[in-house]
Formats: sequence, structure tokens, C-alpha cells
Amino acid sequence: MSAAARPIANTRSAAGLPTGRLAVWWVIASEVVIFGGLLASYIMGRLAHDVWADQAAHTNMWIGAFNTWVLLTSSLFAVLGHKAAEAGDGPKAARFIGLTMLGGVIFVIVKAFEWTGEIRHGFTITSSTFWSFYYTAAGLHALHVIAGVVIMGIIANDARKNLELHRVELIGIYWHFVDIVWIFLFPLLYIAK
Amino acid sequence: MTEHAHASHEAHVHPNYVKVYFLLLALLCVSVIGPMFGVKAVTIFTAFGVAAYKAYLVAKNFMHINVEKPFIPYLVLTVVVFMFLFFAGSAPDVMKAQGTRWTKPTWIDGTAHAAPGAHGAEHAPAH
Repeated sequence: MSAAARPIANTRSAAGLPTGRLAVWWVIASEVVIFGGLLASYIMGRLAHDVWADQAAHTNMWIGAFNTWVLLTSSLFAVLGHKAAEAGDGPKAARFIGLTMLGGVIFVIVKAFEWTGEIRHGFTITSSTFWSFYYTAAGLHALHVIAGVVIMGIIANDARKNLELHRVELIGIYWHFVDIVWIFLFPLLYIAK
Repeated sequence: MTEHAHASHEAHVHPNYVKVYFLLLALLCVSVIGPMFGVKAVTIFTAFGVAAYKAYLVAKNFMHINVEKPFIPYLVLTVVVFMFLFFAGSAPDVMKAQGTRWTKPTWIDGTAHAAPGAHGAEHAPAH
């Protein structure tokens, strides 16, 4: 692909770094506000109402811990993919992105089984304010996981043909942020009881 | 300028990602084991203190925020500060039943039984 035909995110820099990477950091900054506001609201409610602790006791810490392990492992694959892309090895980067996607898919499947069990026990989004926060926070996070998996599929398809390798780093930054959000959701929803 | 921007970012040495990964897994184990002692202070430290350190490790080693242009970490820190400001501004109203010249309705308070159909009613099924 000629330089003239390449996307602007790869050919122009703003503020000293490629526009694409700047855009991803802006997305992350806005996501910090979204998730930060949600988690701050949850913490306020949790500290104000002791009864939430009784409801939090129904969440399964081992499932949360397993999903944390899955996301940490997928983050390792994402950064190894970035390293491969930086070395110019597109097919290897694509394989690592594929493994990262697998982690995202496992995370969502485990979440689906977990939620099914909780809903069958009567804990729905309308059961109480705690469960409203639980499903909203975990659901919003799961939507980010699904979006990441879809985008990674597109990027992996290009990367295996050695095209647009800079995007491997960009999706990696996003994926690590999704990982960080879960790092905070795990103790809030599964440990603090 | 683009080439320069790429070069300045990519010139950094990659850390040992596998080593960082195993450190993160060890910290995950600490988070899980901490609450088993049944001591609130230990639980809070192992859950939230360790979570903050894990997030720092991921941001530094996987997101490479430490080798970005300085305004990137400043940008992220600024929005984190906004989050704390939001908390500080809202928490007194959410967490206190009474304030200067106002009293919170009982259905918001959460200490009283909710009115039928009121939002925030705590009626989780008994299991």
C-alpha cells in the first residue's frame, strides 16, 4: 500500500505521537471516567448500606478469580503480539492476537454460565441495588470484551498478511485497559463481602 | 515527524513479559488468599492494595505508559483525579442520612423498609 493510500492514523502525528495511538489514549481517558464513575457510585452505596455485603456473599470468588487469570493471560498474549508486530512478523502477531481473542471468548462464556446460575437463583438486575450495580458493571465490562474480540478479529486478519501492523499495539493498549478494569471489578464484586 | 514519533516510542527495551505475568499471577493468589484470614484490614489491603499494584504493573509493562509522551500519563491521571472529585462531591449525600437543612427519604436511606414499588428496595430472595 502506498503511503498516500494509507490511513491518516498511520501517516500523521499529533502532539508527537501517531494519531491512532493518541486516539486510543483519548478513548481510554473517557473510559476511565465511565467506569470510574460507575465504580465510585458502587463504592458509595456499598459503604453506606451494610445489607449489600449479604448480597455480595452470593457471588462466586473462584469464578471471578478464574476469569481474572484468563484476562491476565490474554493480556500477556496481546503484548507478545505487539512485540512480534514490532519485529515485523505479522503472522506470528496474528497468532498471538488469536490467542488473546480465545481468552476473551472464554471470559464471556464463563460469565454467561455464571449469570445463568445467579439468575436461576433469583438474583436478577431488579432484585436489589447491589445486583443492579453487579449486572451493570460486569455487563458493561463484558460488552467491552466482546467489542475487543471483534476488533481483534479484523486486525488479526490484516496482520497475518503483514498489513497495518501498528494496529496490533493499538488494540493491545485497549485490551490491557479492559484487563485493568476487571482487576478492580474482581475485588469489588467478588472479594469484599 | 511520524517516523520520529514511532522511533522514540519503539526504541525502548521490552521488559520480560513472562516474568511480569507470573508476578501478576502471584498477586492474584495473594488477593484470593487474603480474605481467608478473616481480618478486615488484611482483606482490604490484599484486595484493593494489590489490585492497585497489579493495575500499575499492567499499565507500565504492558501498556508502556512510562515511555509514552509525558502528557499521556498526565491525561490519564487527570481523569482519575476527576473520578475522586466526583466521589468526594457525591459521597456525603449518598452515605449520610442527614445534612444541613435536609433529610434523606427513608427509601434512599436503605435502613428502613422500602415503600412498595420504590426504587432501591432491598428484596433479594432468601437463599
